Amino acid sequence: MSDYKEIIVKPIFRNNPILLQILGICSALAVTTKLETAITMSIAVTIVTACSSAVISLIRNFIPDSIRMIVQMVVIASFVIVVDQILKAYAFEISRQLSVFVGLIITNCILMGRAEAFAMKNPPVASFLDGIGNGLGYSLVLVVLAGIRELLGSGKLLGFTLFQTVNDGGWFQPWGIMLLAPSAFFLIGFLIWILRTFDPSQIEE
Amino acid sequence: MLRKMMDKIAPWFDKGKPLAPFQPAYDAIDTFLYTPKHVATGSVHVRDSLCLKRTMTTVMIAVLPCVLFAMFNTGYQAFAAMQAAGMSEIPVSGSWLTFQWQAWLMHQLINMSGSWGLLAMTADPSNWLACIVYGALYFIPVYAVTFIVGILWELLFASVKSEEINEGFFVTSLLLPLTLPATIPLWQVAIAITFGVVVGKEIFGGTGRNFMNPALVARAFLFFTFPQQISGDTIWVAVDGLSAATPLGMTLTEGMEGIRQLATAQSLTEMQYWFHAFVGLIPGSMGETSTLCCLIGAALLIYTGIGSWRIMSSMLVGAMGTAGLFYFMYATGMVNSPVYGVFPHWHFVLGGLAFGMIFMATDPVTASMTTKGQFAYGFLIGFLVLLVRVVNPAYPEGVMLAILFGNVCAPLIDYVIVRANIKRRELRNV
Repeated sequence: MSDYKEIIVKPIFRNNPILLQILGICSALAVTTKLETAITMSIAVTIVTACSSAVISLIRNFIPDSIRMIVQMVVIASFVIVVDQILKAYAFEISRQLSVFVGLIITNCILMGRAEAFAMKNPPVASFLDGIGNGLGYSLVLVVLAGIRELLGSGKLLGFTLFQTVNDGGWFQPWGIMLLAPSAFFLIGFLIWILRTFDPSQIEE
Repeated sequence: MLRKMMDKIAPWFDKGKPLAPFQPAYDAIDTFLYTPKHVATGSVHVRDSLCLKRTMTTVMIAVLPCVLFAMFNTGYQAFAAMQAAGMSEIPVSGSWLTFQWQAWLMHQLINMSGSWGLLAMTADPSNWLACIVYGALYFIPVYAVTFIVGILWELLFASVKSEEINEGFFVTSLLLPLTLPATIPLWQVAIAITFGVVVGKEIFGGTGRNFMNPALVARAFLFFTFPQQISGDTIWVAVDGLSAATPLGMTLTEGMEGIRQLATAQSLTEMQYWFHAFVGLIPGSMGETSTLCCLIGAALLIYTGIGSWRIMSSMLVGAMGTAGLFYFMYATGMVNSPVYGVFPHWHFVLGGLAFGMIFMATDPVTASMTTKGQFAYGFLIGFLVLLVRVVNPAYPEGVMLAILFGNVCAPLIDYVIVRANIKRRELRNV
């Protein structure tokens, strides 16, 4: 049981997919201008990673080695399409804002990475939990980034105004750079800096 | 007496004493006031008597004309805009949040100075003393904030890394305010210099290891974060409610016609207005307007060998050549946009080209090191400046972005030059 707990918790801080493995950066830059889209994206990625890892793990003994990547991609793509269709049906506005990035979950390195590194070698339940754990690690970074970027970039959180901006007659001068992709690079850099200050074992030579 | 005092407090900073973390601060003040205590003894290799402190001091002296002119021109532009608007007194307005204490203080000073005879000040562009005082009221706070906030970060990093604080920051802190408009809010300056020092320099290891000019990193951060306070028409004049377009901004939409309009507005011919711009009597960022003062600085930098004449000259050739090419394209009707038709000699005096060329691009840490590489580096920047200015309609000024891009390319240029040299010598020795 403690094994399972370890599988879920480890990817959140000690082996974070974004902050240590440096995977899935593109979507972390693209969808984090607003908290709302970041949370939706986090949920989508977590579900897809968990389900695809579980399915790939189920059929892992039947996948021929030479075409395993293609098989993994087919499984991942199926789940992404399901998630994309559900978002279009029930949350069209958010789906429109996320635009192409839901479809691009297929190319998110975290999914392929977990399928290759974990699901191919471990039983389904462990793989499922590993997917959840990595999804949570990814979500944590996305939510922190989006929180900082939305708050400083437009003075809001989840669409609610916290700081009244100058243009609306308030006092807050929005930080334009926070709405541009480079700010996410800087923020991810700072997060890695903070994390490695507390956990020096992550520092590479 | 000062020496005695410094010696007396010296033991407080020794290892194990409560003030030990602040040792770098003590050391910085001590070596700034006197010669360093730790001098090399025995045999040493010294190429010449130039050290970082002397380099930086020379640069600061070279920037001094620009600083003085920055103060003068800030006041001059404010009073000139008031004159054009028919105002004789500086308006003092705004709520507590936007209160312009400079305007209020200047107002009081002008009232008081009535009885000072020759030193009497009026809000008039021809009163040079009033211009300098009013400009100083804007420049000095910006400089003070830059310096204090920046030096605090430097101290923090020096303490954590137990290194000595070094003089590179003195130049950064002087260059940054010169590239900002007079009306920049001070808290934005504080954030910008924080970003410039921490992200632009310290996380790469401090002075000498930064691959981009920290002053420009700070300015770029402001440029993208708070675009309303650093570009546009309303920010160049330090008087509430008045605005003035920079000549460079005018060329973007109207080309030479825009410059002629500005000249006519001041009842000057085009050539007279060019000299105005050359001397620096045009609206713009505080220290960048005066090409003349920049050239005085350049003379000192080149004479002492601190600034690379190769970078300056090749950047000038690159910029003027590209400007000439654009003018040729405009004159032969290949492009219609009037911004292409601005004469090269106008590009030279407008915006921050001269300032960037002389003080920013030549930063020895971030520029190319090889002789041939410096030519390529300067030429690349000069070309890019004009490319951003003319071809990209979103940004009227391209000096900052061009130099940052040049900084990034500098190691690559050096690498190519060194490789080429190795290859050439290999062939010779087959």
